[in-house]
Amino acid sequence: MDIEMFLQTLPIMLKGMGGIFGVTIVIMAAMTLLNKVGIYLEDEAKKKKTSEEK
Amino acid sequence: MIDIGEFILENALLWKQIGMWIIGALLIYLAVKRQMEPTLLLPMGFGAILVNLPNSGALTQGEEVGIIDYLFDNGIANELFPLLLFIGIGAMIDFTPLLSNIKLMLFGAAAQFGIFFTLSMAALFGFDLKDAASIAIIGAADGPTSIFVANFFHSNYLGPIIVAAYSYMALVPIIQPPVIRLITTEKERRIKMGYEGNRVAKITKILFPIVITIVAGLVAPKSVSLVGCLMFGNLIRECGVLHGLSDTAQNVLANLVTLLLGISVAARMQADAFLNWQTLMILALGLVAFIFDTVGGVMFAKLLNLFNPKKINPMIGAAGISAFPMSARVIHQMGLKEDKTNFLLPHSIGINVSGQIASVIAGGLIISLVSSIL
Repeated sequence: MDIEMFLQTLPIMLKGMGGIFGVTIVIMAAMTLLNKVGIYLEDEAKKKKTSEEK
Repeated sequence: MIDIGEFILENALLWKQIGMWIIGALLIYLAVKRQMEPTLLLPMGFGAILVNLPNSGALTQGEEVGIIDYLFDNGIANELFPLLLFIGIGAMIDFTPLLSNIKLMLFGAAAQFGIFFTLSMAALFGFDLKDAASIAIIGAADGPTSIFVANFFHSNYLGPIIVAAYSYMALVPIIQPPVIRLITTEKERRIKMGYEGNRVAKITKILFPIVITIVAGLVAPKSVSLVGCLMFGNLIRECGVLHGLSDTAQNVLANLVTLLLGISVAARMQADAFLNWQTLMILALGLVAFIFDTVGGVMFAKLLNLFNPKKINPMIGAAGISAFPMSARVIHQMGLKEDKTNFLLPHSIGINVSGQIASVIAGGLIISLVSSIL
């Protein structure tokens, strides 16, 4: 049993889990924003197309 | 007269090689009879027999280069095969269930706990940091990531790590249910969840792989090729103008690389390096990684339930391991077993694909964090 090595890995565990949640939250925020912009653009394009057809 | 004890000692390597033939035969049996990850286990099993024949010409002998060593050096040692395979996997995955409910990504992140827990356990049991990181990544439940990370650290245990990674992926239906039942109550398992999928714009699907690559690449630049190849494959799929390339990546490329990958791995299944107590330890630690991934996902859902008025069925957290789509199906089946009207698939499939991304990011973080202190 290598307790010293085990203790050395604990900060990696904390940083790793912190890092993975951090990255995930950044991606979630970015994708939520981009999806809203994307839906807005899609709707605007549809409206434009409908008005052009009329 | 021949002294039997002396004969056994003198032919120790031959006995070990025969042991590897048996392991090879077992892998072939599991692939053919039990259909456990047959695309990988069958070539690996055959390769294990091939490289363990005395003076096998499949391995480099003196000046003569063997085909298995050649494939290993030019396909795995330079990380080519896992990366090419990731292009194919990326092209296969539809991230729409995740994008329509992006919060599910948190479960994928939580279910990587087993990787980091196993890193500490492997270190505790005396593996050096490079090998501990390579063993821990079995918990990614993702073959190419395991190969990439173990190879990055030049781990001596590449063979056992890959055998463990692929075997446990196939054993998800056996490993996960008892663990989930142990840490959840019947009442929790019967929680019904409505599905509120949001509309997903086409541009979102195209931007998703690009955003993931940029964010993951900035956080863990050493592993950007890994996440980049996965996302490149997905971009080919979602762009809507490369149907031929998407189809080739999903089928021809993925099949061809899998074929070569499986047999190349056998280069690290030579008796002397494979048959030792460390292999048993790696198999045990791989199981620990899968179990604690499952625990991490389920406990995260239970934690959210403490604050969330809309209760979550904690079983869906277990789908955050990246064994796709097996884990999602297992959770869905478990939900149906508890209550025939409980359909967890829309949630579990979204979490399962998020686990695919999270496991690659976890692999990148392990590489960055461990490299920084070596």
